[in-house]
Amino acid sequence: MPVEILMPALSPTMEEGNLAKWLVNEGDDVASGDVIAEIETDKATMEVEAVDEGKIGKILIEAGTEGVKVNTPIAVLLADGETAADIGTASAAPAPVPAAEAPAEAPAPVAAAPAEIKQEVASDPDIPAGTEMVPTTAREALRDAMAEEMRTNDNVFVMGEEVAEYQGAYKVTQGLLDEFGARRVVDTPITEHGFAGIGVGAAMAGLQPIVEFMTFNFAMQAMDQIINSAAKTLYMSGGQMGAPIVFRGPNGAAARVAAQHSQCYASWYSHVPGLKVIVPYNASDAKGLLKAAIRDPNPVIFLENEILYGQTFDVPKLDDFVLPIGKARIHRSGNDVTIVSFGIGMTYAIAATEELVGMGIDVELIDLRTIRPMDYDTVLNSVRKTGRLVTVEEGFPQNSVGDHIASQVTQRAFDYLDAPVTTICGKDVPMPYAANLEKLALPSAAEIVEAVKAVTYRD
Amino acid sequence: MATRPKKSDSATSRKSAASALPTAVKAPKPANFAKEQELEAYREMLLIRRFEEKAGQLYGMGFIGGFCHLYIGQEAVVTGVQMALTEGDQVITGYRDHGHMLAKGMDPNGVMAELTGRRGGYSRGKGGSMHMFSKEEDFYGGHGIVGAQVSLGTGLAFANKYRDNGKVSVTYFGDGAANQGQVYESFNMAELWKLPVIYVIENNRYAMGTSVARASAQTDFSQRGASFNIPGMQVDGMDVRAVNAAADYAAKWCRKGEGPIILEMQTYRYRGHSMSDPAKYRSKDEVQKMRSESDPIEQVKARLTEKEWATEDELKAIDKEIRDIVSKSAEFAQNDPEPDPSELYTDILK
Repeated sequence: MPVEILMPALSPTMEEGNLAKWLVNEGDDVASGDVIAEIETDKATMEVEAVDEGKIGKILIEAGTEGVKVNTPIAVLLADGETAADIGTASAAPAPVPAAEAPAEAPAPVAAAPAEIKQEVASDPDIPAGTEMVPTTAREALRDAMAEEMRTNDNVFVMGEEVAEYQGAYKVTQGLLDEFGARRVVDTPITEHGFAGIGVGAAMAGLQPIVEFMTFNFAMQAMDQIINSAAKTLYMSGGQMGAPIVFRGPNGAAARVAAQHSQCYASWYSHVPGLKVIVPYNASDAKGLLKAAIRDPNPVIFLENEILYGQTFDVPKLDDFVLPIGKARIHRSGNDVTIVSFGIGMTYAIAATEELVGMGIDVELIDLRTIRPMDYDTVLNSVRKTGRLVTVEEGFPQNSVGDHIASQVTQRAFDYLDAPVTTICGKDVPMPYAANLEKLALPSAAEIVEAVKAVTYRD
Repeated sequence: MATRPKKSDSATSRKSAASALPTAVKAPKPANFAKEQELEAYREMLLIRRFEEKAGQLYGMGFIGGFCHLYIGQEAVVTGVQMALTEGDQVITGYRDHGHMLAKGMDPNGVMAELTGRRGGYSRGKGGSMHMFSKEEDFYGGHGIVGAQVSLGTGLAFANKYRDNGKVSVTYFGDGAANQGQVYESFNMAELWKLPVIYVIENNRYAMGTSVARASAQTDFSQRGASFNIPGMQVDGMDVRAVNAAADYAAKWCRKGEGPIILEMQTYRYRGHSMSDPAKYRSKDEVQKMRSESDPIEQVKARLTEKEWATEDELKAIDKEIRDIVSKSAEFAQNDPEPDPSELYTDILK
């Protein structure tokens, strides 16, 4: 029976790609391991190898086709003795199917937010009215932020695993080596504790390092240098020397990488005086806040998200777009209930908001953007208006960011509350691998909708 | 396990194996000090010793709190190294740091006032004995986490290389810290990137209460960088001239762009690990033997007297001068006010 060759998933978070080039023609014989096509993802161009032996019976997707979804049949392979006439009976090749499930369930489609929930850029006082917007991925926005700061300040350099010649494990540092050279774009060995300490030492000497962790899961190896050396030195030295350094990289769950690679550290770092903690959701905030973080004389933890890297958002076209650290953004104004979230939590919150607005509940959605120092005023003012608060994040529930907000709101705006504060978090379990369990472990728009209905006393 | 070697055998074989490594460098002959250098060394080491004795006394009186690690016995190390450095070279060390700061030229009043937690201290009373810094004197602390200063000091060297400024980072740590993992991560990158850093391992034989033999599989610390091709030498850390010659060699090595180098200073601390350590893990005889036969200050004093470079009266005059400086610092540190309560919330962020 002819076998369909499917569009493969080439990374845990890939959902679609471009079929750049066929390296075989219909009628060609292929053996397993032969390179048959090239596929472009948002990170790289990858070669696709044949899994089975046979003859290419039909090419289903033309070279040059963009946005081919994972698992779409792209060609049909004929076994010995089969001809093109047998193609109607083709069955899907089983191999890539399970790998593709999780990305299909990832919150990405949500981020292409419907028009009525679109970020209220016009209301953001930090972006002048009438500014031209350029669609940009979060990945490019982060790269642009680093490149712009490196152009104007020789003290700024990037170090980390695979940041230079490999162009970044997630391609965030793509092109930086070409522009700035190996002196300023430094590949390190796989030694987080050591290179974090070297970065802090260089910062104490006055340089402004950007230390990339391939993921913040690996930064636990460097925790001592981040907390004991970077965060505390300014205080311990009576203000003489601190560490102007940015630690950045993907944080939280990606897709199907299980417990050791899927954890949100927002509340961990926000516990520590001497650190600033930024968790951007969209590309505009990623750019404006990373530039601010690089210029900041303090150690800044900059938590990105792998799933958001490839998503496109409007970024203002400004020569020097820098956002203030410590200021939340009102994503949508409303009067009935306040939802507070940050980072990828915003994708669930936006989806839920869309649904709730459709039900006639006027949601005010706040994107914290910075976790420390936290913009309490924006949250408290909103709660004083709506009387109801739901927080949303992917991190574990105990001592979550939401717990802290609930505590502050209870202490400072108790009389305004019309319902208990509800905190929605990731479940209190290590991240499971199985696709269905992973989905259960993460928050969902449905949970938010239920929580909002409960605090607004709708059935 | 019939072939299991006796402990002494294995120690010997390890040692001979280490000294045969290509990274093993023979220490240069002790420096030939002129009269001025001998006097400088004498004065500096005496200042450290008297300062530490006074700190011990103030601790006993309750003026100094927390942990207080005295440097008595190891004075030749920082003194000899400092004499080989030039302005702008950075120094960083662990928590036994008073001697390093005095050698670096920091004001004894400011150091002592930090020990007593007063506003005139180098960290305005917020760092204490283990966490002191001086941007002005290029002293980068004073670190309380064993081994952390090794990565940080390597980072200082990274900055020097980045700026191509010809400066050297002198990164001190002990035989205990030498077993920390990040030391080797740093060694790897320092050699890979040819960073100008002198790793000075102060082997005072005890990591808190654990002797080197009980904690270290490779007891030749000068060869701890052998896996990374970092050269190292063992130096008589009780002889300030030997220290100085080794440091001079190392500084030149770094400034030539040859990368890092390790100096194992074989030294000894007379006091316990901290003020609260009765040091029951070693014999009084062992300490007494070091004091009477190898004391770094007595060695210089003997040479000054023998060469008739200083009379007994002149040495007494120096002694009095030093005692006055130390007394003054103690007086300052006891009378200086505590930090203003508003200081609680300063210097958290810039």
